[in-house]
Amino acid sequence: MGINEKPIELKPADYASDQEVRWCPGCGDYAILNAVKRTLADKQAKKENTVFVSGIGCSSRLPYYMATYGFHTIHGRAPAFATGIKLTNPELDVWIITGDGDSLSIGGNHFIHLLRRNLNCQLLLFNNEIYGLTKGQASPASRTGTVSPSTPEGSLESPLSACELALSSGATFVARGVDTAIKQLVPTLSKAQDHIGTSLVEIYQNCIVYNDDVFKSFTDKSLALEKQIHLENGEPMLFGENNMKGLAINEDYSALEIVDLQKNAKDISRVLVHDYKNKTIANLLTQMDQNSMPVALGVIYCVEKPTLEKYYSEKLNSHNNDIGKIMEKGQTWTI
Amino acid sequence: MDGDSSKIEKKNIEENWSTTVRFAGDSGDGMQLTGGRLTFEAAISGMGLATFPDYPAEIRAPAGTTFGVSSFQVRFGKGLIASSGDHADILVAMNPAALKVNIKEVLPGGLIIIDSSSFNDRGIKKAGYEENPIENNSLSGLQIISADISNLTVEAVKEFNLGNKDSLRCRNMWTLGLILWLFTKEVNETVAWLEGKFGKDNVLTKANIAALNAGHKYAENTELSNDIIRKIVPKVKPAKGKWRAITGAESLAFGLATGAQKAKLNMTLCSYPITPASPIMHYLANYKLKGIGIYQAEDEIAACCSAIGVSYAGGLGVTSSSGPGISLKTEAIGLAISVELPLIIINSQRAGPSTGLPTRAEQSDLMQAIYGRHGEAPLVVLAPKSPSHCFEIAQKAIDIAIKYMTPVMILSDAYLTNASEPWLIPDINKIKEKAVSFGEYKENFMPFERDPITLARKWVKPGTKGMEHRIGGLEKDSISGNISYDPENHQKMTNLRSQKIKNIQNELDDININGPEKGDLLVIGWGSTNGPISEAQDELSKKGLKISHIQVSCLWPISDNLKEIASKFESVIVVEMNEGQLYSILKTEGITKAQSLTQVSGKPIRVSYLLEKFKKIIKSEK
Repeated sequence: MGINEKPIELKPADYASDQEVRWCPGCGDYAILNAVKRTLADKQAKKENTVFVSGIGCSSRLPYYMATYGFHTIHGRAPAFATGIKLTNPELDVWIITGDGDSLSIGGNHFIHLLRRNLNCQLLLFNNEIYGLTKGQASPASRTGTVSPSTPEGSLESPLSACELALSSGATFVARGVDTAIKQLVPTLSKAQDHIGTSLVEIYQNCIVYNDDVFKSFTDKSLALEKQIHLENGEPMLFGENNMKGLAINEDYSALEIVDLQKNAKDISRVLVHDYKNKTIANLLTQMDQNSMPVALGVIYCVEKPTLEKYYSEKLNSHNNDIGKIMEKGQTWTI
Repeated sequence: MDGDSSKIEKKNIEENWSTTVRFAGDSGDGMQLTGGRLTFEAAISGMGLATFPDYPAEIRAPAGTTFGVSSFQVRFGKGLIASSGDHADILVAMNPAALKVNIKEVLPGGLIIIDSSSFNDRGIKKAGYEENPIENNSLSGLQIISADISNLTVEAVKEFNLGNKDSLRCRNMWTLGLILWLFTKEVNETVAWLEGKFGKDNVLTKANIAALNAGHKYAENTELSNDIIRKIVPKVKPAKGKWRAITGAESLAFGLATGAQKAKLNMTLCSYPITPASPIMHYLANYKLKGIGIYQAEDEIAACCSAIGVSYAGGLGVTSSSGPGISLKTEAIGLAISVELPLIIINSQRAGPSTGLPTRAEQSDLMQAIYGRHGEAPLVVLAPKSPSHCFEIAQKAIDIAIKYMTPVMILSDAYLTNASEPWLIPDINKIKEKAVSFGEYKENFMPFERDPITLARKWVKPGTKGMEHRIGGLEKDSISGNISYDPENHQKMTNLRSQKIKNIQNELDDININGPEKGDLLVIGWGSTNGPISEAQDELSKKGLKISHIQVSCLWPISDNLKEIASKFESVIVVEMNEGQLYSILKTEGITKAQSLTQVSGKPIRVSYLLEKFKKIIKSEK
C-alpha cells in the first residue's frame, strides 16, 4: 500500500485465510474463530503484526484459518515458542491458541511459567473437558466420573481449574467466556488484547462429538440467566432475572454466597462490587461450585506488572560490550 | 617450563619436551585454581599446553573421601601439545584420598608431592587404605616430597591472624610455590596476579603471598635439589600476537556471538541448567554483548521451543544442553526441521546413558544427533576438535543454518567444554560480515518455494507486510506450504529435506588430511580425540611410518571424498569414545575396510594406547 492510499477498513472476513476450516460441523471452535476475527476487525489489527501460535489439538488448528502470521507447533509448547517470538520482536501481537489437554496436561509446565513471567500475549484456552482430536479420552479438566475410552468405568481424578491454577501461578489477567456467547466473548477478548501482560481467557467450548452438552447446566438458554454472572469492573455482582440476585461474602465460611434481592431488597448493600484487582475475591469467584453457584464470566482478575519481554529487551538494549574487547579481558600475554 | 632466574640453583635439572602436572585434593582445596595458575605461568613462557579439569558431579562431597576428589591436569611443552597427557610426571596429592584416586595416573619415576599432615590415621582410613601408603613401600620407584604442608602454611600466615580454617585455605598457594621452584620459576608473576585479583591491601592476598613464598623457600632451604630431579621444558617460539587461554565452552560462546553479529542478527541462547553445558550460558550472560542475550527456560523442551520461536521471529535461536536435555529437545528439533528454520543446538556430550557420568566425556550421542528423531528428519552435525576450534565451528554452524534454513547440531563434549589451550586472539574486524537477507514483499509469495541451488526456503519474519503465511508441523505442500496429505507430495518433501542436507557437504573444506595422501594407515577421528590421535600420528610419522590422520568436523552429511581418500590406504581405523558409531556410519557410507578402535571410560584416550594399536595394525599388514 502506498503512503497516500487510505487504509482499507478490514472486516472480520478479511482475517480469514483461504484454507477450508476442518472442524466438525457444530463445533464450538467455529464460534470462537468468529469471535477472534471480530475482535481483530474491531481493533483494525494489522495482519502482518499479528501472530497466532498454537500447540496440538482441535483448537490448535486455528492459526491455519487466519490470514495473519501463524505457527502450529508441538503439543503443549506454544507458550515457549511465543516467548522466543516476543523476546525477539516485542512489537508483535501474539495469540496463543490452546486446549485443556494441551495447556493443563502436557504443557502444564509452560502454562504456569508463561503466567509467572507475564509475557505480553493472549492465551485462549479452549476448554471442552476432553481430548477431541485423539477421539475422546478424559482430560485433566474432565469431571470426576467422566466415562471415556480410557476411563470406561468413569475417571477417578479430580479436575484441574485453569483459572485457579493461573491465579496461583501469578497470572495478571484471568477471564472466562463461553464459545457461543459471542456478544460477551468479543469484549472479553478485546480486554485481553488491551492488557499488557499474559492474558488468560478460558473459553468453555462444546465438543459436539465427544463431550456434547457438558456445559449445558449453565450455557443452556433457559438456564444462562440464573447460572452465569457477567463481571464488569466497578459494577455490583448481580445476575438472574432482572438482576435480582447478587454475590456476597459469607463471613462464617469466608466464601461467596447468593443473596436474593427479591426476598430481601436490603441485601443490596451486601452485594460485592467487582474490583478485578482483588485477588482474594478473584480466587473465590473461580472456586465457585457450579452446582450451587453461578459461573463467573468476563474479566475476573486484572493487575499490572512488568512484562518479561520488556525486562529482556531493556537488558539487551543496555548490552554494549564489544566482543573483541571481551576476548582480551583477563589474563593475556603478548608474543 | 623454562627457568627465569639465574639465582635459582641449577642442580639436577633435565630437559623434557613436555611435562604433565596433576593437582588433586578435595573439591574445596583450590586445585582447579592452582592448576589454572600454573597453566598461565606456562602460557606466558610461550609453551604449547593442554589442560584437563577432572571433577566429580557432587559439588562438595565430604572431605577426605575418594569420591570427593577433584583434580586438574596440565601438560605443557614445545612441539605438538594437543592432549593433556596420558600420565602425570608430577602429582600433587593434598590428602590420602587424592593419592589413592590418582596414583595410577603417575608415570614410573614420577614425582609425588603430599601433605604429610593429612596422612594421619583418620585420613588414611577415610581414603580406604589399610595402612599408610607412604610407609609401606607401595610407592617405590617414585620420587616423593612429603612435607607438612598444613602446618608449614599455618606457620607462614600466622601474622595475619586468619584462624585455622582460613589459614589452611592458603595450602594451595604454598604448594604452588614449591611447584614453581621445581620449574626453576620465580614467584613474582603470581604475586602480581594475586594482587591484581584480590587487591593489594587485602589481608587474604597478603596471606596467600606469604604462603606462596614459604613454599618456594621451603624447596630452596631444604635443598630439595639434592634429591629431586627437576624436569624443565626449553623455551619455544609461538606465533606473534596477543594470546590467552581458552576453554571449549568460552570458545563456543565467542564463536556464537561472533557468528550472530556478523550475520547482523540478534541472538538468544535459550537454555536450561545442566552439567557440563551451563558454562556457555554463563559466559554469554556475563559478556553483555550487543544484541546477544540469554533466556533460562523452565525446562529443556521450552529452551528448544523458545529458541525456535526466536528464529521464527527473525533472530538467531540457539539452545545448549547435554545428553539428557538433548533427548528432551528432540521433538522440537523435528519441528524446526519440518518448518525449515535456522537453529543451533549444542550438545556438550557426557558419559553414559541416563544421568551417567555428568562430568566425564564421551562421544556416544553421534547416532542420536544424526538419526535420533521420529520420521526422516535430517540435520547437519558438526564437531569441534579442540577448544580453539569451537570458535570456528560455532560460526560455521551459524553460516550453514542461515544459508540452508536448517537446524545444525554441534557435538562438543565434557572434555572440550572444560579443557583449555592457548589461543591467539583473532582480529574480529577481519571476519567477514554476512548480513542475512530476509524475505521482503513479493507478489504471490509461496512459503516453501526454494532456492534452486541450496534448496533453502526464504526466511520471512512476522511483521513483513503482505507476506502473512502459516507454518507448522503437519506435512505441507512443497510450494504453497498449505497442509497436504498427498502421498506424492510427502515423498517429494522427504527427498527435498534429505537432498538439502546432502548439498551441504559442498560447503565444507572438511577433509584436512594430516600426513601423506596414501599409505599404510589412515586414522579417522572426530571431536576431542584429536589431541591424542594427532600426537600418535606425529610420533609414528617421525619414525617413518606412512600414517595419516583425518579429524572429521562435519559428521552429517559425510563428505563423499572421504571414501575416495580412504581407498588409498592399506588400513583404515576409526577412533572414538563410543562403541563404534562413526565406524558404523562410515561402513554404511562405503568405507568397508574400516576397523574400529573405541574406549568408553569417560576419560580421554591415551596416546600410548593409540601408539600400540596403530603399530600393531601396520605390522600386521607387512
